[in-house]
Amino acid sequence: MPGLNLPEIRRTTPRLRLAAAAAAITLPLALAACTDNASSSSAPGGPIKVTSTGSECKVAASEAASGSLTFAVQNDGPEVTEFYLLAGDGLRIVGEVENIGPGISRNLVLTAPAGEYITACKPGMKGDGIRAPFTVKDSGTAAAVDADLQKLVDTGVSQYTAYVKDQTEQLVAGTKEFADAYAAGDADAARALYAATRQHWERIEPVAESFGDLDPKLDAREADLEPGQEWTGWHRAEKDLFPPAGYAPLTAGERATLASQLVADTDELAARTRSVELTADQLGNGAKELLDEVARGKVTGEEEIWSHTDLWDFQANLDGARIAFENLKPALQQKDAALATELDGKFAALQAELAKYAKGEGFAYYNELTPEQVQQLSARVDALGEPLSRLTAAVVL
Amino acid sequence: MSGCPFGGGGPPAENGAAPAATAGKSGVSRRGLLGLAGVGGAGAVAGIAAGLLGRDAVEAAVSPASNVSSAVVPFHGERQAGITTPAQDRLHMAAFDVTTEDRAALIRLLKDWTAAAEAMTAGHTTGGTGAVEGPYDAPPEDTGEALDLDAGRLTLTFGFGAGLFKKDGKARFGLEGRRPEALIDLPHFPGDALDPAKTGGDLVVQACADDPQVAVHAIRNLARIGFGKVRVRWSQLGFGRTSSTSRAQQTPRNLFGFKDGTNNLKAEDGGLLNQHVWAGGGASAGEAWMAGGSYLVARRIRMHIEIWDRTSLREQEALVGRTKGTGAPLSGGEEFTAPNFAVTGKNQQPLIPLDAHVRLAHADQNGGVRMLRRGYNYTDGSDGLGHLDAGLFFIAFVKDPRTHYVPMQMAMARQDTLALEYLKHTGSGLFAVPPGVQPGGFIGEGLFS
Repeated sequence: MPGLNLPEIRRTTPRLRLAAAAAAITLPLALAACTDNASSSSAPGGPIKVTSTGSECKVAASEAASGSLTFAVQNDGPEVTEFYLLAGDGLRIVGEVENIGPGISRNLVLTAPAGEYITACKPGMKGDGIRAPFTVKDSGTAAAVDADLQKLVDTGVSQYTAYVKDQTEQLVAGTKEFADAYAAGDADAARALYAATRQHWERIEPVAESFGDLDPKLDAREADLEPGQEWTGWHRAEKDLFPPAGYAPLTAGERATLASQLVADTDELAARTRSVELTADQLGNGAKELLDEVARGKVTGEEEIWSHTDLWDFQANLDGARIAFENLKPALQQKDAALATELDGKFAALQAELAKYAKGEGFAYYNELTPEQVQQLSARVDALGEPLSRLTAAVVL
Repeated sequence: MSGCPFGGGGPPAENGAAPAATAGKSGVSRRGLLGLAGVGGAGAVAGIAAGLLGRDAVEAAVSPASNVSSAVVPFHGERQAGITTPAQDRLHMAAFDVTTEDRAALIRLLKDWTAAAEAMTAGHTTGGTGAVEGPYDAPPEDTGEALDLDAGRLTLTFGFGAGLFKKDGKARFGLEGRRPEALIDLPHFPGDALDPAKTGGDLVVQACADDPQVAVHAIRNLARIGFGKVRVRWSQLGFGRTSSTSRAQQTPRNLFGFKDGTNNLKAEDGGLLNQHVWAGGGASAGEAWMAGGSYLVARRIRMHIEIWDRTSLREQEALVGRTKGTGAPLSGGEEFTAPNFAVTGKNQQPLIPLDAHVRLAHADQNGGVRMLRRGYNYTDGSDGLGHLDAGLFFIAFVKDPRTHYVPMQMAMARQDTLALEYLKHTGSGLFAVPPGVQPGGFIGEGLFS
């Protein structure tokens, strides 16, 4: 059984797993006919039923009107199957659903302009699949095809990849500076560097956390530990620098060990980040996850329970989410301009709310905020988080 | 017997239709008229009752063969009810701190609770005079909100926490050597954010019923009987069972929208229950009183439902390892098809991901151990940040938490991404649930013998 010897899996493993699962989503060249999400999912005629068996691929219709299409794929065969909608050349994948276990049904939702296509079931996930022609007729409402959409997305992904690289380099440099001050016993300097340096981590948290073994070494909070687990990383230093009453400080030797481990783990993180290949859905999901982090850990004050520098992290998570959104925005504007406009507004509103607590280079401490102020922040986080959760599907469908 | 249903003090019918459990324990009760009807004739009683009693009692009196029996789960038995009983729809659980140090007072309380439980589970009021038959200048013995309601399949299940045996390093109530070894102090699990006000307790009472008012009535009256000896430490309402404990029940859904407890142990699993749920007599004579009992694990698990709702169906199903619609494992089949963890899809990745909840929680991954889950959904207002304080009140009955709960929960707390990203444990309790009560006995009698 593959599960008997589980590899180390930590907080954010789904990011990498999702990468594997979703990487094959390929952007159709088509555009959504309109930006009305409510109507786009209920195309005339409803879902087209597809039944995949070991030897057949029964598609309930051989044609449909252009716009949003839903194929409801049911696997009635004995093996895992996949379903594809291919362009007329039989090569380019317009959309696919994979990993459909026997007896399972799953929907493929995509937008398709008028044209000739090919449907294919691939029982056993082998070979070219069982193919049939499929025609999409002009419904009269479809927008013109923008052949540059994929290019817009590719540009966005490469911009975000560069951003991750830049933040990682700053994280490495900042961590060294922090570690030197901390190991040398210069607590004032270390405290001053703590929150600002962590911002580089927090900006790229979904990527940084995707390394399941490094994340707990670098970012575990005390409550995350299991009995007997060694506590290393940022929050171990945080408690030492912002000690609660009755806390026994680390010795100089312990500080030096902690500091050098922090630097080594961060170097390792940077090295691994260089080979990460990102996809559009990861940008979209990553932006959503950064807002999740804010809602779960920062706006609640649970991330930085000793230093209370949660608003620094808040700002950094927001930065990272906004950059991912901005990088996808040119594509999103083609697919769902209203969502792009809404997100612009909600990002600005949350940023304005957070800016009320800016102080000098940083922010007020979390424990200086009143409950009403925290509620205001939380409301803005939710107001952004809900539409942001629609970003991925809007861009990749 | 008294011909007047409001005579109060008159002895109940010995041969009537009233459930034997209540004989001698209460006077006229919520359902007392049923017994009278069986003996004195429905017509006569109904004539008296019609002008004075509520609809329910009248109906009961008029139709002595009404469905009362189906609403009553017997209190007495070899095991306590409320474990393998088909899960009712509603929960009210309360944990109590024992404030007295007097052994006799504690035993008295357990006897009083036993009497009240016998009455209430049979659909009767508590005390000798119930809710409306007592002296006009005295507060009614029963609080009254369950008048007109039937028994609602009420079960009351009692358990003992570690604090009953020892407090501040000192043994209590002469119970040295009686604490079962399996009644451990649960370890800290990664991510635990336990609120002391929602954790622990010396005694626990699980009230389950199909009517929430019946369950609340039960806890309220037990708490009232206990004033001066116990005080409520925490209490929890649950509104939708999240497990089925009988094959006759459909698998319900939790607040993530997924079917929960498909693989749960069920009442029909006789041999497995002995293997996984019912406790033995322990290694020492001092804990022989637990033979035939079980251990109740309670965990208040907050769900970050707002974040969950923003998660794609793809990720939701990958995290759970089942489809959201039918509940089938992602490896294929239908709800009750056994998950096949070896089946792989694209790029040789398992269809049920390595960190899927169904994989990590499955007996195959946990040395074959299983548990009988009996949890409920809850919402407790708002968290102050504009979100529902909602989640799962996890309840499980296990043979020994050291083997049947701690290892699995430790693995899930480390590896289950669903738990790490979307769940937060905010309350906890572990209780030794003694075996059932026989007529004339009292709850936990064996512990004090």
